[in-house]
Amino acid sequence: MAKVFIGAAAGFAGDRSDAGVPIVEVLAAQSGARFLMYETLAERTLALCQLERRQNPQRGYSPALGRMLPPVLARCLAAGIKIIGNFGAANPAAAARRVEEMARSLGVRPPRIAAIEGDDITSKLSASDLASRRVDGVDLAQAREILSANLYLGAQPIAQALDQGAEIVVTGRVADSALALGPLLHAFRWSTDDWDRLAAGTLAGHLLECGAQVTGGYFADPGYKDVPGLAEVGYPIAEVDETGEMVITKPAGTGGVVNRLTVIEQLLYEIHDPSAYLAPDVVLDLTNVDVTEIGKDRVRVSGARGRPAPETLKATVCVDGGFLGEAEISYAGPNAPARAQLAAEVVRARVRTRAPHLNVRVDAIGVRSVWGAAGATMNLRGAQTDDVRLRFAAESSNASGVEILLDEAEALYCAGPAGGAGVRRRITPRLASASCLIERRFAEPRVTILGAPR
Amino acid sequence: MTRTVRLQEIASARTGDKGNRLNLVLVCRDPAHYPVVAAQVTAARVTQAFAARKPTRVVRYDLPKLAAFNFVLDDVLEGGVNASLGLDGHGKSLSFLVLDIPVEIAAETSCRSIRGTVS
Repeated sequence: MAKVFIGAAAGFAGDRSDAGVPIVEVLAAQSGARFLMYETLAERTLALCQLERRQNPQRGYSPALGRMLPPVLARCLAAGIKIIGNFGAANPAAAARRVEEMARSLGVRPPRIAAIEGDDITSKLSASDLASRRVDGVDLAQAREILSANLYLGAQPIAQALDQGAEIVVTGRVADSALALGPLLHAFRWSTDDWDRLAAGTLAGHLLECGAQVTGGYFADPGYKDVPGLAEVGYPIAEVDETGEMVITKPAGTGGVVNRLTVIEQLLYEIHDPSAYLAPDVVLDLTNVDVTEIGKDRVRVSGARGRPAPETLKATVCVDGGFLGEAEISYAGPNAPARAQLAAEVVRARVRTRAPHLNVRVDAIGVRSVWGAAGATMNLRGAQTDDVRLRFAAESSNASGVEILLDEAEALYCAGPAGGAGVRRRITPRLASASCLIERRFAEPRVTILGAPR
Repeated sequence: MTRTVRLQEIASARTGDKGNRLNLVLVCRDPAHYPVVAAQVTAARVTQAFAARKPTRVVRYDLPKLAAFNFVLDDVLEGGVNASLGLDGHGKSLSFLVLDIPVEIAAETSCRSIRGTVS
């Protein structure tokens, strides 16, 4: 039975730009339907892209496009490997034109590119409209301005684009798993109410969408879970057959590992009720899935079951989230914990009288930081270390609100305890987000094709 | 006869976030340990491990075919990645809170069968 090969070369916007290269070599040696998917669209990325598009109508696509596609584009076009990515962000049409330019500058023939739009509902629903739906997250009724609101589209527009001969499909917000389900719908002509197959395709996408997380990334724990060659970890390939059964593997010669544990950890990653994972195209039930090691770095996954798609679509809504201010300073050597403790007390005392509304968090990196509870009182005296890095953090609706804290942390150099060293300070603008359930009629997927048919 | 080991010796875990909610996947290295883990690593025990994060609700979903569990913990991410003042707004490090839980296993279980499942 003919298999469809889908590789995943990015699991987030900050992923490696060369991850696709070994996958493309494997796919190029195969025949039949082969696809390379890129998931690069965090909630934050999309809202930032929306702001960028408002400034310049030619921009607003993912910056990852420019660094991830050039290493693979020419080879994919030559070998007949189709590329599907959510690089489009807030402006899929502009991203498609950017891919056209990229092909030109690489000296390859003009590809046939599809842009998928219709996920953006920012201008269709007001803050109060959105707030009236089922919302999880920040209170939208209080939001001054909606920066972005995007529905998660499903796999069908991707399949339609491929049916129309697209070699590269650039989407905005789609369900991450749709980046794999779309190609499978196209290649196998699965019916859109064949729930078990749609579930299997969604499962393939779910296993692939975080890239190396299924091949040994986010996994290694030396002595407990050893992963060979992590520095050159291979990104995953799913070999899917017409029934929806799949094998998860990775390119030979790369680092990493694909085994029962890597696959099951990723199978349930970001899942809540395993019997009802809601996707735009199907409700996926994972409770009957089988995961079997069938060879070195080859794991068979079968048994996904599906139920009819949910009535509503999920939307992510981003609003202004103010500013996060962070500052750090180090104390080292004898009595370092006591000096760090004194520094924390000095900054707290200064802020308490000068910016009493500011909620300051203090962490002692290396002693108690990542797992510390917010608001807990720290006592470093007696800590067994000679190297403490203090971290101060606060948030405010405006940048000057957090500057007060950062200035006080920096002033520790001259006015704080002995030996305060290496101040670093940073202000990060923040976005707050909520997810809402929206009626399907607000989704108006459109497929626009650039370039001649082949 | 039993002996006490850290859960890390017999199970593997990872966490994922959605807003202020965390999911924690726990997989038995050897499926034979599934009943032991099911009996001891209860939702109540995980709630206790996360006491400093004050979960408002902890649900355990059991996946016996996979010898795995999915825990869903509400309101443990200090508002989530867009709101937390802490360093780990995603909760990516929190799987190790659970892997530190002591469990009692049969004394005759060899180290090899505990660690030997990862190639």
